[in-house]
Amino acid sequence: MSSNDQLIIFDNVSKFYGEILGVNRVNLQIAPGITSLVGPNGAGKSTLMNLMTGLLRPTRGSITLLGIPTDEPEKLFRKVGYCTQFDSFPRGVTGREFITSFLFVHGFDRKQANDLAQLAIERVNLVEAADRKVAGYSKGMRQRIRLAQSIAHQPAVLILDEPLNGLDPMVRAETIALFRKLASEGLHLIISSHILHEVDMMSDRVVLLNNGYIVAEGNIHGVRDEMEEHPMQILIRCDQPAKLAAYVFAQNHVVEARLHDDRRGLFVKTRDADRFYLLLNHAVAEGEVNVESVAPVDDDLSAVYQYLIGTTGGSA
Amino acid sequence: MSSAVEVAQATSEQNRASWGLWLRQIGAIFRLEIEKNFLSRRSILIYLIALLPLFPLALLALVTPPGNEWRDFNQYSVIYSIIYNGLILRTLIFFGSAWIFMNLFRGELVDRSLHYYFLSAVRREVLVVGKYLSGLVTSIVLFTTTTVIAMLLLYFPHFYSQSVRYFTEGRGLTQLLTYAGITILACVGYGAFFLVVGLFIRNPIIPALLLYGWEWLNFLLPPLLKKVSVIHYLNSLVPVPISEGPFAVVADPTPAYIAIPSMLVVTIIVLILAAFRIRHMEIRYGSD
Repeated sequence: MSSNDQLIIFDNVSKFYGEILGVNRVNLQIAPGITSLVGPNGAGKSTLMNLMTGLLRPTRGSITLLGIPTDEPEKLFRKVGYCTQFDSFPRGVTGREFITSFLFVHGFDRKQANDLAQLAIERVNLVEAADRKVAGYSKGMRQRIRLAQSIAHQPAVLILDEPLNGLDPMVRAETIALFRKLASEGLHLIISSHILHEVDMMSDRVVLLNNGYIVAEGNIHGVRDEMEEHPMQILIRCDQPAKLAAYVFAQNHVVEARLHDDRRGLFVKTRDADRFYLLLNHAVAEGEVNVESVAPVDDDLSAVYQYLIGTTGGSA
Repeated sequence: MSSAVEVAQATSEQNRASWGLWLRQIGAIFRLEIEKNFLSRRSILIYLIALLPLFPLALLALVTPPGNEWRDFNQYSVIYSIIYNGLILRTLIFFGSAWIFMNLFRGELVDRSLHYYFLSAVRREVLVVGKYLSGLVTSIVLFTTTTVIAMLLLYFPHFYSQSVRYFTEGRGLTQLLTYAGITILACVGYGAFFLVVGLFIRNPIIPALLLYGWEWLNFLLPPLLKKVSVIHYLNSLVPVPISEGPFAVVADPTPAYIAIPSMLVVTIIVLILAAFRIRHMEIRYGSD
């Protein structure tokens, strides 16, 4: 088995809808773990997911998932599950029938299909409602039954388009825990979301998209580190913030030092976080200040998003 | 040498496994679609279409219309042929097949549920076969039933004893089976056409009406063009030929041994086209 058989690979992929750009020149390699696609509406997240699953065909370039091209659904969907954003179902089915009927289409026999459906229903905590008509489900239940359908055949790659939409906070937390569990079992999870703090919580990697282009990819903190020219903001809680401000401001990598409104902390903007932390250690060691806490203020996805894309990306 | 044999055996076993899987998948798709075809809200219209020719015949069973031909048992084979040609073949089967087969894919695009099939580990060609077979069985069951009941409803109420003899000892049963066979062949041919139209064209009503016009005007077409239609081959098989009027361009009927294989070959070609289309189809509900 080659290493490419473990990866999802986009090779110079472009998709145009007539003259309208979907995504352009996407080169991407996704390893196992949780990868989030993040971007504002129209950024190209769903297009990328639909391309990955063969629902759309690239105008240029090629895509393989674990070595399988996307135009071979009979092989692809043995290993891939996709929970789309389409909130629609075949008419008149119960939750359980919805799952088993497509397991039959996969080729499973009745016993296998029933067992796999039950397992999937249990995983999304929908046991009590499983035998009711989907038409009577709440939005959150519909979301969960679609999630169950996408994991029922036990895929190695799970692609989820805005999977937390419509879920209440409790179910959200359970679902995120389920994603983490699936990822720990070695699955590829590719999740699109615009709810940044949740992406932050659960992702190993992010791919930031805007206007059909990938603007950044990698570990969230790594992406942040790569933005060297963009100063990083750090909040230092200490007993003498004014003194610390004077101490650090002499350094040329510090571009701004500003007292916190409660005057018990200092915001520092630096182009070199590592050197700043060394400097702070010196200050503490020399007894200049007593530091309570140090925390990066904008080392999260929201800040990266705001810097790279120019919006806050919305929130839950 | 032995490794070559092993490879051949492994390939053969793999092929058998593939066929087994495909048959299971066709069966699963068929069951899902049959349920939709017979039990969904959309099927109400198809039941009404299937019953359409039976209403006037039920009325005729109660009241004998004026005119000598209605009192002459020998004329009933001609009367049925007219009813079959105008009401059952050109109207019921045509529009019924259009509704059933166009909805197989177009209906799912409208409902935004086709992607569930596309996200299953199934060859899209297998999907075409499963759906086509479900449409075929649905149309054959409904329209053959109508064909048979319509014939019995015409004959039996007015000439019961003669009809019993006609269907048990005379040509009645052969004619009944022939009409049923033509109905099946019509479902096969029109079904494939409408399946592919539903796949290629967003509003399939227009091509359906164009074909309807072409089929109705078939009697005016020169012999060569007549052959570019479904109705010509079906009419060639009708056991009691009827006059197409004073303006009709007369052409020799195509013999059954040519008409039936021709229809089947064209159907297979159309289904291959459908499979090619579905293989390359994208799901973009917004634009569908």
